[in-house]
This record gives sequence, structure tokens and C-alpha cells, in this order.
Amino acid sequence: MKLHLKIWRQNGPQDKGKMVDYDINDVSPDMSFLEMLDVLNESLVAKNEEPIAFDHDCREGICGTCSLFINGEAHGPDRAVTTCQLHMRKFKDGDTIYIEPWRAKAFPVIKDLMVDRSAFDRIIQAGGYVSVNTSGNTLDANAIPIPKHDADRSFDAAACIGCGACVATCKNASAMLFVSAKVSQFSLLPQGKVEAKQRALNMVKQMDEEGFGNCTNTGACEVECPKEISLENIARLNREYLSAALVE
Amino acid sequence: MAPLKGFFHSSIARKFWMAITGLFLVTFLVVHLTVNAFTLVSAELFNEAAHFMATNPLIQVMQYVLAAGFIIHIVMGIRLTLQNRKARPDRYAMEKAGANSSLGSRTMIQTGILVLLFLIIHLRNFFVPIKTGNMGGMDDYTLVTTLFGEWHYTLIYVVSFVLLGVHLNHGFQSAFQSVGWKDNRWKGLMSGVGTVYSIVVAGGFSLIAIYHFLF
Repeated sequence: MKLHLKIWRQNGPQDKGKMVDYDINDVSPDMSFLEMLDVLNESLVAKNEEPIAFDHDCREGICGTCSLFINGEAHGPDRAVTTCQLHMRKFKDGDTIYIEPWRAKAFPVIKDLMVDRSAFDRIIQAGGYVSVNTSGNTLDANAIPIPKHDADRSFDAAACIGCGACVATCKNASAMLFVSAKVSQFSLLPQGKVEAKQRALNMVKQMDEEGFGNCTNTGACEVECPKEISLENIARLNREYLSAALVE
Repeated sequence: MAPLKGFFHSSIARKFWMAITGLFLVTFLVVHLTVNAFTLVSAELFNEAAHFMATNPLIQVMQYVLAAGFIIHIVMGIRLTLQNRKARPDRYAMEKAGANSSLGSRTMIQTGILVLLFLIIHLRNFFVPIKTGNMGGMDDYTLVTTLFGEWHYTLIYVVSFVLLGVHLNHGFQSAFQSVGWKDNRWKGLMSGVGTVYSIVVAGGFSLIAIYHFLF
């Protein structure tokens, strides 16, 4: 396959940045999207040009490191996949492909296609945990009976890999799907219920301070999420936050 | 945090007030449509209903609640939009929003502002004359049917209600999500009821106007 790529190049956080055109030949339909970029980078290095910086790690769809806004969609045109799981067979010979970084005030560009997603880390630090006594008398979590239905929904929420596709996709750059998944995975379980109110209040407070937008329920995040996190979680977060704010 | 602070100062709180005022306006539209439908029955019935709405003490109090509902909904909507624009200062060169969300859900501010413009025209043509009694010797029924007799007024009216219908189709189910009453078991029903409601409101108001234009 031959492809025309339009890639965002930005030489550091302060640089203005621009879209740069690249032509690439001999792309195999079996390559992953990141492998295609690896090949492009090798050719750039061979020409003594600066390779394109992009985030990647596990390359098996579970780490949430790879990002990329491809042809107007987070992680590209395929559904329920990360960019490393996107294959070039989803494109046609001669296609023009736009490759851009996640765009959000809370996700500043570090270089080229890499963005700083530490806002998510700070939201987790604000309450995305369960306080457990680790003095040596730690209880086995599996000793607590949990209804199957709740365990399943908690697990579905816990599938969130924190990639930021929800923020990147949302027209308001809202982080509600991420925060709601992280709140839900705990609040559905007995261990997490103890701190549920403080968790919802603190994580939402941090989310607002980071400069993410407000959710307007367009549902775009759910469609683009590589882990198919449900909007139901956002309704749960709204419920938990509002009831917590009422009694606080 | 100060008591109830989270109920007024947070992204979720803003959405909550947007939803509550929206649902309040949704019920108001049903009352308004019912009164309008009386014009199809008889001039006397409509005049009597209009008189009741203009004089009943409870309705007089509710008028202020309604005005507050409108103002909160409008001010909050504009504020949310401005904040949301700021959350993405750099736009994408290529965006395929149509692949993951409906046009109606993405254009709430546009449909909202157009409906607001209509509301201003509407208040000037109906509410102000009826409130001040400055109706040029006409009764309520004659005022309504005279205005609908003008084609350009009826056209603006119908277009505005189609836009309101699009606004309501997203807003209705969205409000239940924002207050946290939605889950996957109910979402189909809520979207369905919302769509039926939007069609009844947009179609109902429009057809009454068209009826008076034609007959």
C-alpha cells in the first residue's frame, strides 16, 4: 500500500507546531498502525531527519499508552481497539491519513504526537484507591461475598486503561467517562463503598481543577472507548456525586 | 468543603441545574401546548383558559419560577459552552464527530440560541400584549389567529419548533443522565419517550399554527 500521511510535528511544548506531509510506500496491510509509524521513522532516521515522537508501550491493547487521533477519530476508524491494535487493512491504498495528538487543555503536547496525561494521575491520587491496612493483617479481598452482577459491572468499569480517548473524542474535552469508570469500579464493591462519597467529591474536584470540559452527554466517548466503558458509569458518578454533595 | 458547595460549584452541579431546569421547561411546554390546543375547540374555551392563566394566583407565582427556570437554563448553557470551548484551545485539523455522536447532541447551544431568539419575538407578540392588555381591542383568540394569518410569522414559528424538537430530542434523555437516573436498562425507554415527546411538542405547536394559517 501507498499512503499519504499528514502528521502533527511540534518540537516541544512551547513550539507552535504544524501538520507535515509524508508519503510512505510498501505498507503491508498486516502491519499495525504503530508498526507503520516505526517504518516511517526508520526511513526518517536513515535520511538524518528527526523521527516522529509517539507514545507506545505494551502493543497489545492493555496499557493505555498509545494515543493518536487518526483521521478524525481517537485510535482511528476501528471500534473497541487501541492504536496498536489498529491494522493497516482498515485503510485503502492511496488513502490520506491525518495523525494528530490528543487535543485538550489538560493534555498539553510534549512533542509531536505525545501528550502529558499526568492530569489523570492526579485525579487518581485524589481518590481513585481503596485505603487498606497493610500491617500484616490484610484481609483476603475474595473472602467478602459480592453479588455476581455487581462484580461484573465493577470489572467492566475497571477495564478502563486510562488512555484518554474519551477526552480526545469529547467535543468538550471532558474526562467524565474516565473518572466515572474509576469511581464505579470501587463504589460497586463493598471495599470501595466505605470511602465512596469522599472519592466522588475529591475526584470530581480534581477533574475540574485540571481544566477538563463539562459533559454534555453526546455519547461520543462511549463509542470511541477502546474498552467500551459504558455511559451508565457517568450516570452513576452523577448520582454518587450529587448525593455526596447533598449530605456533605 | 462548605455545606452544599458541591451542589452549586462543580461541572456535575452545572449539569444538574441544566437538567432540572430543562425538565421543568419540558413540563411547561406540555401545559402551553394544551392551552394552545384549546384554540382548535372554540374561541370561548381558549379565551377562558388564557384568562385563567393570566389571573390565577398560583399561575402568577409560577410565572416567576418559570422565568427563573428559563434564565438559569440559558445562562448556565452559555457558561457551560464557553468553559467547554476553553477546554480545547487547539482544534483538530480533521474531526469526524458524525462517526460517534448525533448532530442534535452536538448543536445544543446553536438550537438553544435560535429558540431563544424565537422566544424573544414570541414574548413581544403574545406575552407582552396579553400582560399589558394592550391588544388593540382584540381578545386573546383573535390576537393568536391574526398573527398566525401572516405567513412569515407562521413560518418562523414552525421552523423554531422544529429546532426546539431537535433540542428536546437530545435534552430530554440527557437530563435523566445528568441527574443520574439513567442506566442501560432504562436508556432505550428514555430515548424513545424523549423522541415521542419531541415530535408531539414540535408537531403539535406547528400543526396548530398551520391550521390557523389555513383556516
